[in-house]
Amino acid sequence: MSKIIASAAIKAAHSLVTRAEEMLDKAIAEKGKDFVFEFPDTAFYLPMIYAMTAFPVKTLADMKVALSMTREMLHDEPEEKLWKPYLGEALDSGMATLFAEEIILALRYINGLEPVTDSETGYVYNGFITDTIQRNLGIALVDGRMPGFAAIIGAAPDEDTAVKIVRELQEKNILIFLSGQSKDKNGKVTNVTRQLLNKGVALGWETYIVPLGPDTEHTLYALDWAIRASLIFGAKKPGDYKEHLKYQKDRVFAFAIALGEMDEIKWSTGAGAINMGFPAICDTDVPVIHPTGVCTYEHVDKEFDHAKIVQKAIEVRGLKVTVEKPPIPVSFGPAFEGERIRKEDMFIEFGGQRSPAFEWVRTKELHEIEDGKVTIIGTDVEERYKKGGVMPLAIVIDVAGRKMQKDFEAIIERKLHHNINEAQGLWHMGQRDIVWMRISNQAYKDGITLEHIGVIHNTMTHHRFKSIVDKVQVTLYVDEKDVQALQDEARKVYKERDHRLAGLTDESVDTFYSCLLCQSFAPSHVCVISPERLGLCGAYNWLDTRAAFEIDPTGGNQPILKGEALDAAKGRWVGVDSYLKSNSAGAVESLNLYTIMDNPMTSCGCFECIVAIIPEANGIMLVQRGHTGMTPAGMKFSTLAGTVGGGAQNPGFMGIGVNFITSKKFLFADGGIKRIVWMTKNLKERLGEDFRKRAEEEGVPDLLDKIADETVAEDSEKLMEFLASVGHPALEMDPMF
Amino acid sequence: MDKVIKSAGSSAEQIIEWAEEHKLETCFDRAEKLKPCPIGESGACCRVCHMGPCRLVGKNAEEEARGVCGATLATVAARNLVRMIAAGTAAHSDHARDMAYTLLAASTGEAKDFTIKDVKKLYKVADILGIEFEGRPVNDVGKDVATTFLQDFGRQLGELNYCKRPPKKTQERWKKWGITPRGIDREVVEAMHRTSIGVDHDADHLLLHGLRTALADGWGGCMISTDITDILFGTPRPIKAEASFGIFKEDEVNLIVHGHEPTLAEIIVDAASSPELIAYAKSKGAKGINLGGMCCTANEVLMRHGIPTAGGFTNQELGIMTGLIDAMTVDVQCIMPAIVEVSKKFHTKIITTSPKAHISGAERVEYDEHHAREIAEKIIRIAIDNFPNRKAEGSHITEKFPLIGGFSHEYIEYMQGGRWRGSFRPLNDAIMAGRIRGVVGLAGCDNPRVPSTGLHKYLAIELIKNDVLIVSTGCGSAACGSAGYLTPETALQMAGPGLREVCEAIGIPPILHLGACVDNSRILTIATAMAAEGGLSDEIGGMPAVGIAPEWMSEKAIAIGCYFAASGVPVIFGGESPVGASREVTKIMTEVWLERFMGAMHFEPDPEKMLALALNYIDKAREMLKLRKYEPGKFGAERVLMDMAARREIEKAAAVPHAGVGGINESER
Repeated sequence: MSKIIASAAIKAAHSLVTRAEEMLDKAIAEKGKDFVFEFPDTAFYLPMIYAMTAFPVKTLADMKVALSMTREMLHDEPEEKLWKPYLGEALDSGMATLFAEEIILALRYINGLEPVTDSETGYVYNGFITDTIQRNLGIALVDGRMPGFAAIIGAAPDEDTAVKIVRELQEKNILIFLSGQSKDKNGKVTNVTRQLLNKGVALGWETYIVPLGPDTEHTLYALDWAIRASLIFGAKKPGDYKEHLKYQKDRVFAFAIALGEMDEIKWSTGAGAINMGFPAICDTDVPVIHPTGVCTYEHVDKEFDHAKIVQKAIEVRGLKVTVEKPPIPVSFGPAFEGERIRKEDMFIEFGGQRSPAFEWVRTKELHEIEDGKVTIIGTDVEERYKKGGVMPLAIVIDVAGRKMQKDFEAIIERKLHHNINEAQGLWHMGQRDIVWMRISNQAYKDGITLEHIGVIHNTMTHHRFKSIVDKVQVTLYVDEKDVQALQDEARKVYKERDHRLAGLTDESVDTFYSCLLCQSFAPSHVCVISPERLGLCGAYNWLDTRAAFEIDPTGGNQPILKGEALDAAKGRWVGVDSYLKSNSAGAVESLNLYTIMDNPMTSCGCFECIVAIIPEANGIMLVQRGHTGMTPAGMKFSTLAGTVGGGAQNPGFMGIGVNFITSKKFLFADGGIKRIVWMTKNLKERLGEDFRKRAEEEGVPDLLDKIADETVAEDSEKLMEFLASVGHPALEMDPMF
Repeated sequence: MDKVIKSAGSSAEQIIEWAEEHKLETCFDRAEKLKPCPIGESGACCRVCHMGPCRLVGKNAEEEARGVCGATLATVAARNLVRMIAAGTAAHSDHARDMAYTLLAASTGEAKDFTIKDVKKLYKVADILGIEFEGRPVNDVGKDVATTFLQDFGRQLGELNYCKRPPKKTQERWKKWGITPRGIDREVVEAMHRTSIGVDHDADHLLLHGLRTALADGWGGCMISTDITDILFGTPRPIKAEASFGIFKEDEVNLIVHGHEPTLAEIIVDAASSPELIAYAKSKGAKGINLGGMCCTANEVLMRHGIPTAGGFTNQELGIMTGLIDAMTVDVQCIMPAIVEVSKKFHTKIITTSPKAHISGAERVEYDEHHAREIAEKIIRIAIDNFPNRKAEGSHITEKFPLIGGFSHEYIEYMQGGRWRGSFRPLNDAIMAGRIRGVVGLAGCDNPRVPSTGLHKYLAIELIKNDVLIVSTGCGSAACGSAGYLTPETALQMAGPGLREVCEAIGIPPILHLGACVDNSRILTIATAMAAEGGLSDEIGGMPAVGIAPEWMSEKAIAIGCYFAASGVPVIFGGESPVGASREVTKIMTEVWLERFMGAMHFEPDPEKMLALALNYIDKAREMLKLRKYEPGKFGAERVLMDMAARREIEKAAAVPHAGVGGINESER
């Protein structure tokens, strides 16, 4: 019965708090109470304690305060007979456990013990998850590529079972965190991380498998990651714990799968997770808690059959996962996208300067296509493929559909990369005529043939573009002369497309599109996407959203009729304003697309890049996600990001997609790119040529050299010196305010 | 001849038998000898002027019988009921008034023995009342809260402060029918006026004011009393205690606090642990001082300190007959004057303490909150001094049962999710899914006209077997406690499969002891919280919830029943109907009230019929709310699995929340 769980949780909370206190006293004795600590790359201190209590733990002395608050959350264990209620007390103990674990892990960082290097395998666990990773994953969290999160705690009875469970989760696009340990069926204490390593499974963010650490306490890293979703994307205020926990329950679809024997710390950590609405499914004969209410459905359940445990967990969390898998003999899904195929593991490759290769999507009439057909044209195809090595390859995909438009070809073509990459053992890079593909030895052994490449594209093009594509057929050419000949034709089309895209301006269309995908995490944020301003995540441009609307007319991208321009310079239209009013949960009344100073665009939190005003320089700075250094705004990216996300308008601060920087509409009303006084080296390199071209158009061809970066200034004073020395144009421009 | 069972409490019955052997009379004997007057019992006797008393009886009395003034049976029955409501409201509210004055005296420092113990609750109440509390001295806030509450008694116009607490829809119904109470005293006075000779003669019109007066009791007197008591003495949390006669100790001074007010009792609890008094007790040959309670003073100190209870109303004479009570303090309400006479046969001293109540022959130590500690000590010393006079005679019963009490609104919210996730979601979910079929407030008195406490016990067990969660107060709690039902083990042994799962998950008994009869107000705020939580009814009316007072006898019970009915809860009272003579009044109180307020008041002597009626109300409400049909052991888990598109709509879907746990049918969304 649940009393057993409650007793265990309450007991473990006591011992963890005591352990944290002892560790802290030792640390204070060694380093002094003013010793400063922060987890790597986060703006949220100890995130769980900060989100729940608004108390920012910055020093060891702060930890002491936090631990005394934690101690107040402890309770007596329920008695054997005539017990008092224990559910609330157990959940409090769960939260106390998370606080204590957060401090224990912080102290372990201070002592150089985190992230843990596995004693048996030498594998270095992930440890604390940074804000950057959180934001990097942003778009995947909302577009269905990462619909849920599993924390697997303990060890499977054997390695094959571990692989099976993880593969099933991967195929369902569930991000997997690994922690804790337990005995396998031979009685050996181990964990899933080791079991997967022994089976040669690739671990890491790219493959959706993230080993956090070998102890149950390391599960806290996953919960710390989850709680930052409500801080970053949900814009919930620190200390507003009810809102945070409701957000977690409603929007963060996480659950635990506990493999092997449970112990007190597992129960108490689980009780902490239940506070967040995350249930646990165990593979042992544990007491269950079925009545609902803290979690959406069951709180604790059991499933002995490992073939069913993933499905059970997903259902108990109320998660719907729809995956489309082409009929191929390997696993398929975004979780397999990140796999790399090293040369020695490679069976065959195409393109990548090693052979001519390209991909091309063409629109045809319906009667010209035999749907689902894959044709391979070439000599001795089978023999050559079986030999492995290198082959030329042209992939020509013909599509037809009553709603198909020429403009969608490029969009369908961009997905070819994902189509191939999501297959396990297949790897893809680049696009058009710079494509590079590999098939691994293992995939070949599993039965992957050349034809499967066509099958994948057929299935996935239908799936991704179901309402605009009625028929798809794929033709593969493997003889060099065919490939070369077709490539010239394709190149002509590529060029035409680029030209047409360059001609698309905000003025040339009467409809913009919204992107509401992020509303699953940031309910008041709306992206307005125009031909000259792509989404702030960098993943969606105007054509994408237009196609997405055609594909799913009730989906996350909706047309916005611009209507009358209220302010052409700032980019404000009647239609945009009225759309925002009714779709931002009342948060935004009016938007100016071309300025940062007056009702600028809001952000969900997964922006590629931040624009921030530097008042003293009369300009703005740009810093991209992942930059960990200081900026002249006096804040690091992670801290700046905290002021931008969550669907609020903050004049002077804005999240954008990197490619917007070279748009003619970038801060058009504020003076455009000439306002840029500082940007990271990384951005300078990424934008390179495009930026120089824009600079020339603006009449400042050497602008890029006049813009400071982290090598010349990381603070305001040095920045000002530099700008004065190079005569930056912003200094002479009209005041921004 | 079959033996007549007088009390369904096993040790009570033993004492009754012992009393019979020793030729001692109890209320059970008197009830047997003195049958109720059938005319007055059914509401047909009018004695509001001295032309009468008029008895409106005979064939076709409803149509034909008239009083001297021409009053019809409906007028007479309605007037009698309204007068009962007025008296009941007066009782709770006068108690509440004293609580408010104690809070005021505590806040100003005039009553130095009292302090504000529960600042969190004070702030919660201040917040509801719109009183600024942040950054202010606690006592200043306390003073403002007390004076604001005191305005509720004498207010002439407007409405009671707490009339903004119920769900909006409930408030609208009151406004529509003009029963939002203005001032507590005003409603009681107007009730007395309107029921005096020659004023209000329309039964429906009279009864509407009866409801207004009752609401002044529920959302006024009772709620004010509960909240102030929590502020002064702490909001209850689960606590272990014991019940029945075995709580008296052979070797200790037994002092019993009986009645309804908690203030003096609280100080006695504190003083009884003073080393000085314990030493004094020892000097008289006792091993210590054993405090116990009776009736609702017992419930007050049980909820907060785990002081054991010797039971409810019908146990008061029997307790003395154990021969073990050295002194019994009594304050107000439900004190049988008979105890003074009984006490003369034993060594027990009866001490009246309230300035409002004395019984001839009893000792008197008048209570004054300004000298509370001094008075408490004096009372304890009287008990200690009387210990050596204890004689061997007496029934010396040792049976007692453990219990878990202390379920305040606040704790019930906490227990469903703790400090961080506390809410009423799990309870609402459990009802929606059919784990819990519904909720019954099992309350009210115990009564010597039936096998005392027997109806409570029968209904308690049957209801929990049927997966109905019980909240109990007053002597209903004492009855269940003395039967050993208020334990978490009861859930495992006797509750239906769904209720058992919920009780196991939380660790609660299937019957939650909410406190004294005045704490029925906690049920009102719980129902309000359930409405706000969503997924069930959005007002108190329409919830799968029923109130039952199977053994009621006090006018306070009538006031309570009526404020539940006016708030939207159907209530079922046991015994013969005090308006039974009039079909018209009966119809108004059942059908008309149900239509207007979604509440009703039934009188039904047969416990099996009471049960059936209650379950029928619950199942009907489930049906109206489109909840899954209750089936024992089958729970709804129609999951709504969320894809990304559904998640983007969460904010917009807030209008139809909580689908998927067996609640709203998919087709209705």
